[in-house]
Amino acid sequence: MADTAVHAAHDVGHGAHVTSTGLSNNKLAMWLFLGSECLLFGGLISTYMLYRGRVANGPHPNQIYDIPFTSVSSFVLLMSSLTMVLAVSAAQRRNDQQTNLWLTVTALLGATFVGGQVYEFTAFYREGLGFTTSLFSSSFYTLTGFHGVHVTVGVIMLLVTRSIIQKNRVTGDKAESVEIVGLYWHFVDVVWIIIFTLVYLIPA
Amino acid sequence: MATATEHAEHTEHEQHGLTDGGYIKVAVVLAVITALEVSTYYVDFGPFFMPSLMIMMVAKFIIVVSYFMHLKFDNKLFSFMFYAGLVLALGCYFAALATFQFFS
Amino acid sequence: MAIIERPSTELEVSITPSVVVPSTTLGNLRRPVQSTGWKSWLFTVDHKKIGIMYGVFAMIFFIIGGVEALLMRLQLAAPDGKALSADLYNQMFTMHGTTMVFLFAMPMAAAFANYFLPLQIGARDVAFPRMNALGLWFLVVGGLVLNAAWFLGGAADGGWFMYAPNSGPVFSPSNGVDFWTLGLQIAGLGSLIGSINLIVTVLNMRAPGMTMMKLPVFTWMILVVQFLLVFSLPVITVALVLLMFQRSFGATFFDVAQGADPLLWQHLFWIFGHPEVYVLILPAFGIISEVLPTFSRKPLFGYPFVVFSGAAIGFVGFGVWAHHMFAAGLGPVSVAVFSIATMAIAIPTGVKIFNWTLTMWGGKIWFTTAMKFAIGLVVLFTIGGLSGVTHSVAPSDTQQTDTYYIVAHFHYVLFGGMVFGLFSGFYYWWPKMFGKMLNERLGSWNFWLMFIGMNMTFGPMHILGLQGQPRRMYVWTEARAGEGFFNFGFWNLISSIGSFVLALSVLLFLINVVQTARKGKQAPLDPWDARTLEWITTSPPKEHNFDRIPTVHHLDEFFHRKYVEDEATHTMKAIATGEEIVRNEEANAESHIHLPSASYWPLVLAIGVGVLGLGVLYGVPIMVLGAAIVLLSSFGWVMEPSVAEDSDYDPPAGGTSKELASHG
Repeated sequence: MADTAVHAAHDVGHGAHVTSTGLSNNKLAMWLFLGSECLLFGGLISTYMLYRGRVANGPHPNQIYDIPFTSVSSFVLLMSSLTMVLAVSAAQRRNDQQTNLWLTVTALLGATFVGGQVYEFTAFYREGLGFTTSLFSSSFYTLTGFHGVHVTVGVIMLLVTRSIIQKNRVTGDKAESVEIVGLYWHFVDVVWIIIFTLVYLIPA
Repeated sequence: MATATEHAEHTEHEQHGLTDGGYIKVAVVLAVITALEVSTYYVDFGPFFMPSLMIMMVAKFIIVVSYFMHLKFDNKLFSFMFYAGLVLALGCYFAALATFQFFS
Repeated sequence: MAIIERPSTELEVSITPSVVVPSTTLGNLRRPVQSTGWKSWLFTVDHKKIGIMYGVFAMIFFIIGGVEALLMRLQLAAPDGKALSADLYNQMFTMHGTTMVFLFAMPMAAAFANYFLPLQIGARDVAFPRMNALGLWFLVVGGLVLNAAWFLGGAADGGWFMYAPNSGPVFSPSNGVDFWTLGLQIAGLGSLIGSINLIVTVLNMRAPGMTMMKLPVFTWMILVVQFLLVFSLPVITVALVLLMFQRSFGATFFDVAQGADPLLWQHLFWIFGHPEVYVLILPAFGIISEVLPTFSRKPLFGYPFVVFSGAAIGFVGFGVWAHHMFAAGLGPVSVAVFSIATMAIAIPTGVKIFNWTLTMWGGKIWFTTAMKFAIGLVVLFTIGGLSGVTHSVAPSDTQQTDTYYIVAHFHYVLFGGMVFGLFSGFYYWWPKMFGKMLNERLGSWNFWLMFIGMNMTFGPMHILGLQGQPRRMYVWTEARAGEGFFNFGFWNLISSIGSFVLALSVLLFLINVVQTARKGKQAPLDPWDARTLEWITTSPPKEHNFDRIPTVHHLDEFFHRKYVEDEATHTMKAIATGEEIVRNEEANAESHIHLPSASYWPLVLAIGVGVLGLGVLYGVPIMVLGAAIVLLSSFGWVMEPSVAEDSDYDPPAGGTSKELASHG
């Protein structure tokens, strides 16, 4: 998470950091950001839905998708949400060791997913689906690529969080930092739940 | 003076959400739904194909958001922020796609 | 390396300046602590300095956009205009629209929001001060990238809404559109960050007792605007990304020849674009909702109605975008639905007009310049709103689409509405921001010239449009000007003369600013007998805003501290002057106020993103350089405690508890 709390603007002379709603600034900001992201991915998904049948001379989605493979990588991402929530839970128990363990596992699962996507893209490219081949290919790569970048950013955030917990350099509340990274991570998973159904499982 | 930069301990974090066992159960449910989703690829669901896929997708979405992201246990303001974005996205993009005769 | 000492004025405390050692931010780099000079501005996280910088940059872009408009009016003043070539004219109207919307109107609203929102809710700063600075620098970098195109092969020339196929390489061969997409993405990122920050600030940083229904209306309107931004900016980001991929990487998202649907762009643009209209106007509504009650000496009529109609405008604003596309062939059902939704939006807007009118009704009106501009807004916006209703009727809209009638309409709502609101804000809040009064006599000239100039410029455009003059036409000829005295030629000339009257009025404002800075009258603490919290502090406010965080008991708290109702006569009687209240706050100042600390990273990160963006155009090495800067500054950002250590604030030797020390 790029910005940790700025409690300072409140008068800290009294020793308390009370916000008007009693909610954390960072968490509110993250939820707002996720609300905003709904419209970002909504736009990309809509573009894909509009263009998925327009394949020009290139391969058709139904010919090219490898459902068993994508099912496995979807499952991997889904399970990374479980390990993430276990990390949050460990962080709330103030168990740094377990927190770090689950963060590492989550990052590994995320990296596996990204690796799978790189493999998938390469395979599609070999089968003749370049970025500029058709409207379908452009919108497919843009949508899944955007998602992939989000996962990659998430993996980096997980690793950074893990290392600053280990070095005890978290500014602000540790459990909250983990929770906020977790929110982002789950959101990325939730987007994939939608992409998996709309893009892969429903034939064009 | 020492109190100035002390960050108050947020003890209210402790008791919300499920236990670890609870999370694992939720994950099992999610895994089962995913397996069912994938099975639509191999088994012919006939007219139930689209509705069942949609229902399963929405169910997974809501389960992750409510339990893993704690929205069910958290302040309603967070739900408002997130669902406001979601509802606007659904409304705008459905309407936009409808003008392309996407649903007919 | 100095610390600012701000002893309470009542107490004569002698303070010896002590040298402090700032904590490190990255490696051996120490965080910036300058409180004077240019560094104190570049690295500041103070919402007031950031607000002023937003204002300065917005004003610069206002002048640039204004000059572009003047050149266009010069070209159209007479038949066979020679001032601009067709190509340059295209660039002018594209950049005029883009600049005015994204680089003037939004930043100027952000200037007011940044400066006054924390003050109005009784906060010491915003929720995320570094993010706040980042938003500003993203805007600046975005604006520079957008305008850099002028010197690198020509600016964007596809119109401010950049429809396909105008956005494609055939009709826009220069790099202008590429700079345009990049600049808008960067500036948009800044707005997104800024809006999340301000929403969290309003929700979480309110002073004790400041419930949502006690928020000043300006703050409310800004809150609604930020929600609109949070939910609409990602949509244009999608559109811009698709366009960028099309132009830079060979995708064909909007290329009809390749089977694409050009309407996709129109939808994405206007799903953003219509909420954007309210993003532009609502801050002005907020400003005059402060100004009108103050100078009518009455509370705002129907506060909850003004608030909820603002929120309703925001909400309905998301459901009417397709009325910009009536001529695109959406089909009768869509057109009917969007037509009715559009008419519906006139209702909450009308509610506001009535509320303002009834606020003035029976009030003891004080015709200051700020008040004149506010009344000007009510009048001109109503005219623009009514011509807007004529567009909501689809058959009539098909006649008006792409004519000067449209140009007339949106300039009445944007210039007559937004710009008048912002100028009202300048005159109202100038004494608060700078401690000096803008000259009222010059101000009055400024107002009347602007009012006359505005109506001369944009009024005739209604007629030109109805006579059939198309929008974006770069030249007209005598032969096609029509017959009689009141033909194209006459109205175009009037319009052009009007635009120079407008320019003169803006010039007068700038002269006023310079004169005020040089030898302006010192402003009293409460020059307008104002009503809201931002006046319960000195002018300009101290770095920490409030000596003591006020506890709020009423809507219009400041007013209620000055006046109480006389039980017998039911009139308000004064119990304290604003001056006394501020002095009382100073005497009861809180001690040890720690402010957020300055940081290098917002500026560096914004520059990094700018370089990264240019890499899309100029090759991978530049992209890598940009990415490296982004990574480094993000790392520095994360590792830097947002609140510096105690030693950064307090003189090592202790000192008295009354002194407030901090870094700018």
